[in-house]
Amino acid sequence: MTLSAISFSPETAARQFLPVSDPDDSMPILSVRDLTRLYGPEKGCQNVSFDLYPGEVLGIVGESGSGKSTLLAALSGRFAPSGGTVRYCQTSGEWLDIYATSEARRRQLFRTEWGFVEQNPRDGLRMGVSAGANIGERLMAQGARHYGDLRAAGLQWLSHVEIDPARLDDFPRAFSGGMQQRLQIARNLVSSPRLLFMDEPTGGLDVSVQARLLDLLRGLTREFSLSVILVTHDLAVARLLADRLMVMRRSRVVESGLADQILDDPQHPYTQLLVSSILQT
Amino acid sequence: MNERMNETAAPPQSEDSYNFAYLDEQTKRMIRRALLKAVAIPGYQVPFSGREMPLPYGWGTGGIQLTAAILGENDVLKVIDQGADDTTNAVSIRRFFARTAAIKTTTRTQEASVIQTRHRIPETPLQHGQIMVFQVPIPEPLRFIEPSERETRAMHALEDYGVMHVKLYEDIAAFGHIATSYAYPVRVAGRYIMDPSPIPKFDNPKLHKSPALMLFGAGREKRIYAVPPYTEVESLDFEDHPFEIPRWESCCALCGSQESYLDEIVTDDEGGRLFLCSDTDYCETRQNAMNMTKGGA
Repeated sequence: MTLSAISFSPETAARQFLPVSDPDDSMPILSVRDLTRLYGPEKGCQNVSFDLYPGEVLGIVGESGSGKSTLLAALSGRFAPSGGTVRYCQTSGEWLDIYATSEARRRQLFRTEWGFVEQNPRDGLRMGVSAGANIGERLMAQGARHYGDLRAAGLQWLSHVEIDPARLDDFPRAFSGGMQQRLQIARNLVSSPRLLFMDEPTGGLDVSVQARLLDLLRGLTREFSLSVILVTHDLAVARLLADRLMVMRRSRVVESGLADQILDDPQHPYTQLLVSSILQT
Repeated sequence: MNERMNETAAPPQSEDSYNFAYLDEQTKRMIRRALLKAVAIPGYQVPFSGREMPLPYGWGTGGIQLTAAILGENDVLKVIDQGADDTTNAVSIRRFFARTAAIKTTTRTQEASVIQTRHRIPETPLQHGQIMVFQVPIPEPLRFIEPSERETRAMHALEDYGVMHVKLYEDIAAFGHIATSYAYPVRVAGRYIMDPSPIPKFDNPKLHKSPALMLFGAGREKRIYAVPPYTEVESLDFEDHPFEIPRWESCCALCGSQESYLDEIVTDDEGGRLFLCSDTDYCETRQNAMNMTKGGA
């Protein structure tokens, strides 16, 4: 591939690197245009545009303070951007403008077709109730009223995320950090979401636990053909999980493209710096 | 125990220096406006600017304000605390209104037009035209799982009630059955989830399609909510763990009732115990009826 094939414009880059997938999946699941949310000059995110396709894992990388988490919050409907649109393709095939629709619909999306894995599992879990109740909450919110079924779902999901099913009635605070993170993932995946947002899912875990969690996440995203938007500052995580990468710096996306391509052949000076600083080993 | 406080004690003197029923008319109008809204939206918590009342928070400041706002000169007031007419709280609130509003008070459920209560709904079925006033400590049923008031309001507005069942799930997971025995959450008119104040779940079915108007006042939290007459009130449950009311193995030691809510009373330190009706008026009425038939025979 020639250098000219790589564009620094995120818009064209996104179109250029369509993932290889089923013809049915040719419609994006999320379409973002000129998304802007600034707290000050170059603080936050601005003019971010991309399309996310079904089954695709998009990594957002960049240094601390580059606007990754702001972008994720704006993408996931957590707070309104000052400009730009986020549109989500519903299962019916109709587009839904996340910030133009009602809060009721947004909340409904959030607990059914979307999931959000927090960096700190304590933010994403209900620490005061058992693991089973944490897993069952989304189902109960959707109207599941059969205790036996909720229990069965809890057991099934604990084994999916490699937690001993005997710990169904234990409180999350009795779990290790890695187990809490896996429980949080189970709690999100129980409603079979199509789109999952993850904010540094392996942050704060030791290396061996990280590796196991990454392995699990890779398996789960394949198994359930999840679309994932993953924020991380760890390029190794990005390389393992992401199909496509966006590199952020000072609120802007400076480079985007296929993950391997960006990591092996970075074009933007900042990306080159980032890659060279980490992939030495 | 069968002595009735307000019948044996000298009738309280009415106080002319207070406005009728203690509160000033503007405050009563404010509370009535909140009440109208509460009745119009069954189960919805209406904020109101609660006043300081001459009794401590937790003793029924919300209930006493509602009672003051709805009392008329011809009303007959009954006040119960845990079903009993003769406890300190019940006696003092009854005397308070006898003094400040010069109204009639009673302990008979049938004779009362307004019944202020702390924990119970009387066993005697309520009638159309009667008003129950509940003293509520924590009006927000979602509070135990969602500490933010802003968030709970949004959850009510958007009917986002999934977490309510999380509490019941936890009960079954821990105890094998739904162990919540009071303040058992209900859904009112198919819409709002409501905390029926600390009444035992034994009394929840009495809320359903009751001919009486139910008013709830929380003085510390400054909220009013209501269940209008003949409104559907459904207790939350699971399909495989349906709502159940508690049953006792024994009956009331005084009146022999097997249907009423019983209090357990320890009589000595050798394991002796008695079960008595918590509703004193119901119990006395039954005892009198038993004495009558005995006397006649």
